[in-house]
Amino acid sequence: MRTPYRLGLAGLTALTLVSAVGCGSTSSSSSSSGGYNWSKATSAASGGGLSALVTAAKKEGTLNVIALPADWANYGTIIKDFTAKYGIKVNSIAPSDSSAQEVTQIQQKNGTSLAADVLDVGGSVATASTSLFAPYEVATWSSIPAGLKNPNGLYTGDYGGYMSVGYNPAKFGTITSLSQLLGSKFKNDVALNGNPTEANAALNGVMMASLAQGGTAGNIADGVNFFHQLKVAGNFNTTQATPATIKAGTTPVVFNWDYLNTASVVGQPASDWKVFIPSNATLGGFYYQAINKDAPHPAAARLWEEFLFSQAAVGGQNLWLAGGARPSEQVAMTSNGTINKADAAALPPVVGTPVFLTQPQATAAATYLAANWPKAIS
Amino acid sequence: MAGLNPPLADLAADLTGRPAAARRPGGLRAAQRRRLNLFRYVAFTIFGLFFLLPLLAMVRFSLEGAKPGSWSVAAWTQIASYPGPPPLLSSIEITLELAVITSVVMLVLVVPTMIWIRLRARWFSKVMEFICLLPLTIPAIVLVVGLAPIYNRIERVNVSALMLFFAYVILALPYTYRALAAGLNAVDATTLSEAARSLGARWGTVMLRIIVPNMWQAILNALLLTVALVLGEFTVAYLLTYVTLQVNLFEISRNAENAGVLFSASAATLLFAFILLLILSYAGRRLRRGRP
Amino acid sequence: MTTATATQAGAQPVRAGRRPPLAWIGTLPFLAYTGIFLLLPTGIVIWNAFKGTSGGWTLSNITALNTAPVRSAFKGSLELCVISSVIGAILGAILAYAVASGNPDGMIRRLYLAGSGVLAQFGGVTLAFAFLATIGPAGLLLHASWYSSFPWGIGLIYCYFQIPLMVLVFLPAIDGLKIQWREAAENLGGSTWHYWRYVGGPLLMPAFTGAALLLFANALSAFATIEAWENQINYVVPQSISGSLISEVGLANVHQGDALALGLIVVVVIVMTGYFLLQRRAARWQG
Repeated sequence: MRTPYRLGLAGLTALTLVSAVGCGSTSSSSSSSGGYNWSKATSAASGGGLSALVTAAKKEGTLNVIALPADWANYGTIIKDFTAKYGIKVNSIAPSDSSAQEVTQIQQKNGTSLAADVLDVGGSVATASTSLFAPYEVATWSSIPAGLKNPNGLYTGDYGGYMSVGYNPAKFGTITSLSQLLGSKFKNDVALNGNPTEANAALNGVMMASLAQGGTAGNIADGVNFFHQLKVAGNFNTTQATPATIKAGTTPVVFNWDYLNTASVVGQPASDWKVFIPSNATLGGFYYQAINKDAPHPAAARLWEEFLFSQAAVGGQNLWLAGGARPSEQVAMTSNGTINKADAAALPPVVGTPVFLTQPQATAAATYLAANWPKAIS
Repeated sequence: MAGLNPPLADLAADLTGRPAAARRPGGLRAAQRRRLNLFRYVAFTIFGLFFLLPLLAMVRFSLEGAKPGSWSVAAWTQIASYPGPPPLLSSIEITLELAVITSVVMLVLVVPTMIWIRLRARWFSKVMEFICLLPLTIPAIVLVVGLAPIYNRIERVNVSALMLFFAYVILALPYTYRALAAGLNAVDATTLSEAARSLGARWGTVMLRIIVPNMWQAILNALLLTVALVLGEFTVAYLLTYVTLQVNLFEISRNAENAGVLFSASAATLLFAFILLLILSYAGRRLRRGRP
Repeated sequence: MTTATATQAGAQPVRAGRRPPLAWIGTLPFLAYTGIFLLLPTGIVIWNAFKGTSGGWTLSNITALNTAPVRSAFKGSLELCVISSVIGAILGAILAYAVASGNPDGMIRRLYLAGSGVLAQFGGVTLAFAFLATIGPAGLLLHASWYSSFPWGIGLIYCYFQIPLMVLVFLPAIDGLKIQWREAAENLGGSTWHYWRYVGGPLLMPAFTGAALLLFANALSAFATIEAWENQINYVVPQSISGSLISEVGLANVHQGDALALGLIVVVVIVMTGYFLLQRRAARWQG
């Protein structure tokens, strides 16, 4: 009775056949054929200069980026311009992913052609994941402030903003201080961008409230208390604020980075959306670029970094500025005149002294939140 | 026997209709019948409202224009033109292909095994039932953490999102096993196979040409449940960073200010799956009537 | 002859050597497939629950389950699952009875079954948004603030897919009630109430409880819907697992997530054992 045997074999063959039939493009080799190995390059110069980098990147033809929503700091235009300039196809993976998910992705997809080549992550994740990054110094390395880059080039500050409150002035009037939000006309209206125990933007939102109440950067307790009061007053909405919820009218008041709180990003007409940065609570935060050590497209990854940090009028720094974010090279570019003056003037005014969370402060805040946030807002 | 899977013993027959004489609540007096009908109409109205209202609200939101109070079908036409990345149409296409592949693989894997077990290895049926129930009880989030290393190996060979079918077949097992078991129970497989083999048929013929044709309703039903599952599945695809329809809708909900296309695409998906299920419930009846 | 050989559990064919034990071969493809894609991943998760961040073995992930946020997540999971499965089971059983007692070929039966097949899978972002559009703050119908309360608000949303699942699972059991039993009860002078109290109810109880347990396990694993509904607090364990995977404020610990998953698996195993025991009782009536 060989037939049942055959049937079993037929089943297994069918399985293998189906998976072979669905065979799309096989993983592209990451090792360059006979040329310079760009995955070891620590700067464009070491590989023969920018033009050599461009050639190698064009040969690779693809770039995998991750967690870059099109309306986040103008990334949509940045990606389009990069493709238009170099003809390299940009694969935008999982735009809604968090920084930690970016790191998980490059670990999970390590060795395949799907791994992200470059990452744009928050400070905590950047410092915790340096073992996965490749050191690289962009051409404009010296224009980046020392506090915004890793000395070995493992990660580089790219853009940042200040924590702000976005709101509809037609509905609520002008907001000049956070304590107004405790008033009765804000019933169920105030929302954060995410869960503070997990998301960077939300954590900084709570910290900003803390500073506005007179607290210090080392202690987030006042912020948690403020949101507790909001919850007690019935004003805190636990839904995550997104452009969709703003349009639906569910979350008309949003704590978010100022470049995410512009009227165009939020999808509201300019008359219906204003942004407020408290003068006594100017909390800033930067994001960081990093290159995957095992990037499937190492040359394209490095070319992307060069593009992002270039000070050209159509380079990454000015494009970020156009998206309402503050580029890391802003100081240097203002003094050498390469900055787009109109866009720089359009940024929300920063009145107070900017505060930036250090790593230990961020960790302390996260630990405090993990223990106390659920109690405060339930 | 029939006691193998009591709760879903006859799912196949249900979805595809039964002979008219089979089940009517007989033995009831007229007054009881009237009370029963009243209860049924009330129940159908209340439940119908409960299920329809959120869907109607979704459709209403999808028809809203830019200014509150205006109407527009932009959200519906956008389904075809939404650029993404990736374009909504391409993720719809991928999801539909995934549904087909998953269904085929699932049938090829499960049906011969079940027939084999019924005929040659009865003791295994309990094991199979247990294994088929597991996916319903292990959270997808847990499964994905364990699947990630396996998918890493798969991705070195093929990066297409269609590779999700490996996981989707597993997720569909609880539903399809019960539907197929119900259909198989209704067939006297042992007698049929012995008769066929005594006439000289080989196992392949027995399975494909004798037993399977008697299970058509169950197979159809299993197909439909699989398709519905693939169309609605989100967690596994999202955590493995593949883009399917549901993942694309999620990204839209997070990043697009025009949430209308989210509502219109969801409503369209639900409608599509519903109509498919309805049509095939009629097809099952016709198939059955066609046989002597 | 061959059938007799196969039905003796573990029996070896008399003529060994040339032919492999045939009964095993047929189950191999299925076992291999589920082994790789179901059992192996589960094993990996359980394995990793005992590994530390530096690679060695440790019980610290398990002991870390005894902290307040985790305990409250398990408590929240149990609350939500009990509520949604009990309410879903009762309402689903009522709806299943209404469907079953009608014309077996009728339109209503087809509509409700097709609808149940679709809605049992409907969840996640779209369901949360659909409810937001209906009874949320800017909703079509009400502006109910209890919509965002735990567990009743989200419990109502869970019922949206629990009830259809109950209909799918429980309808065959109701169909299995023979007309003769109802007629016999009538002949003996019993009313509808007597029938349900002494005949129909006890007959359906094992199937009902089994289906309710299935609903419970289904709710326990659900993640996408509650995450889309609100993600400020990790009410349930799947949210905690997700948090340990995606936290970007420096507290991500994948192995902690594995330990949480292990806890969840334990709860589910207990529930499913109860389900299987009840299934065997129900089988007695149907056999």
